[in-house]
Amino acid sequence: MDPRQSNAADNAIVVRNLQKSYKDFKVLHGIDITVRRGSILALLGPNGAGKTTTIRILSTLLPPDGGEAQVNGFDVVNQACDVRSSIGLTGQFAAVDEYLTGEENLLMLGRLYRLSQADTRRRTRELLEQFDLVDAARRPVRTYSGGMKRRLDLAMSLIAAPPIIFLDEPTTGLDPRSRLSMWNLIKELARGGATILLTTQYMDEADFLADWIVVIDEGKVIAEGDANSLKSRVGADHVDLTISADSNFALAQQAVDGVQFQANPEQRILTIAANDGVTTLRNILRRLDEAQIEIEGLNMRRPTLDDVFLFLTDNGSHEHAKEIN
Amino acid sequence: MTEITLRSPLQPDRLLAPIQPERRSEMYWLISDSWIMAKRSTMHIIRSMDQVLSLILFPIMFMLLNRYVLGGAIDTGEVSYANFLFAGILIQSLAFGANYTTINLAVDMKEGIVDRFRSLPMSGSALVIGHIAADLVRNVISGIIIIVAGFAVGFRPNASLVEWLYVIGLSLLFTLSISWLSAILGLIVKSLEAAQWAGFVLIFPLTFVSSAFVPTETMPRAIRTFAENQPITHTINAIRAWLVGTPLEDSALLSVVWSIALIVIAVPITNWLFRRHSTQ
Repeated sequence: MDPRQSNAADNAIVVRNLQKSYKDFKVLHGIDITVRRGSILALLGPNGAGKTTTIRILSTLLPPDGGEAQVNGFDVVNQACDVRSSIGLTGQFAAVDEYLTGEENLLMLGRLYRLSQADTRRRTRELLEQFDLVDAARRPVRTYSGGMKRRLDLAMSLIAAPPIIFLDEPTTGLDPRSRLSMWNLIKELARGGATILLTTQYMDEADFLADWIVVIDEGKVIAEGDANSLKSRVGADHVDLTISADSNFALAQQAVDGVQFQANPEQRILTIAANDGVTTLRNILRRLDEAQIEIEGLNMRRPTLDDVFLFLTDNGSHEHAKEIN
Repeated sequence: MTEITLRSPLQPDRLLAPIQPERRSEMYWLISDSWIMAKRSTMHIIRSMDQVLSLILFPIMFMLLNRYVLGGAIDTGEVSYANFLFAGILIQSLAFGANYTTINLAVDMKEGIVDRFRSLPMSGSALVIGHIAADLVRNVISGIIIIVAGFAVGFRPNASLVEWLYVIGLSLLFTLSISWLSAILGLIVKSLEAAQWAGFVLIFPLTFVSSAFVPTETMPRAIRTFAENQPITHTINAIRAWLVGTPLEDSALLSVVWSIALIVIAVPITNWLFRRHSTQ
């Protein structure tokens, strides 16, 4: 599964030691990314981590200052035109022409992608159908709703059936239902054989979509792996115990002394890393019972990517994190 | 409310089946891309009400204001003011029309669409060429409106057909040079507001400190020297000479030299600015 160990020909995108500065401010401090053909890779990180800069370099919009980047086997600096023929880019904002109709937008893009007239017309028809835009095809885009613009934007990225698709924060600003629809669209595209590199700030998004997650912060890769391996780095299952208001919270903390736990006195929650699963849990419950502490609620869960992310980016807590492991 | 949900599921196999691009020469694609971009920019004129209105109203308004408000007080000697004014209004309107390249380029630069274009295998200069071609279209329409309005307020030219062709040719060359200058502004400005006033700052002094609306003889010495040696005056004087028989002298030659020089200088600067934009 690890794309870094796969055969070179199997990789759609290879990035080595990528560096970029704006004036004196260094945005990328040597990033390495490998994306296997037909897989979805999520670049996960907070605002300003360098996600968009990475996508802009890979889509030839920005030249890198150092390092190497190959997309579909082509160098992003020396073979920019071949890279451009291999990619579809959907940015954070709909890149559509508001004065043209949906159909005119697609026809324009097809020819600019160097498709023949016949292919351009065929693809335009197909994409209008697939993205439910047939009824609106002859209307100027400025009369479209936000969702229609997003669909047109995605359709435009796909007009030349590019093998590699870049999605820069594809669900930012979407309501929850649309977000789920977009996720399904992305999954479908990957099922059709596309290689997808997407950026996101949302752990659940990376978790749901990606075969491989690269966590970046301040222009550096701080962790990578599939969702499960990243989660396991924070340790075993977590148990959240809500202590009843009738019981003494400090006493409850004393009762579980000796076990790895985090206390949240405001919400009266004790979070315990249940390294031995049910055995740990039984043990804890017995001790609390002996101390006559009442428990209101109990929730056992796998660590979320939020846990992973907080733990990986917060420098101060690294020591603490090792203990959990 | 944004709706992304599709009525029927995506057919990824069909959607992503590889397509062979068409193989043609670089030159073919430069022309094809420029043509596509020109069509796009021309559509913007037709579909944007404010562009259509300014295209029609601006020249007519200036024609009427100058002819009837200022005209009576201006002495243009043997030539009637309507005859004198026509060339000035024509060139002023064309110069302002060319300013749309600044605004439209600035709009494109601010919006995501320019990133989309730059991520495509298309020719880099096609976007600018498209806007400039649309300026030409706009100015041809503008020119026709001015000719009609001119005749309505008493403009009576005595030009031959050949002289009319000279007028049209020189006007188009002049428009082209101002459009390229405007392209530079469009790529430099940081906001739309700046794009609006940058054009005015360039065009207003050039048209008012010229022979467009008044003879230059009455201007103070320094201003007069500038007015008589700048390209807009040469262009206006040449067009006026062909249309109503004022002295031609070397104004046509100077106008052609100025326009070509401006284009020769502006084209590489524009290309350089467009590339520099991509590194920011």
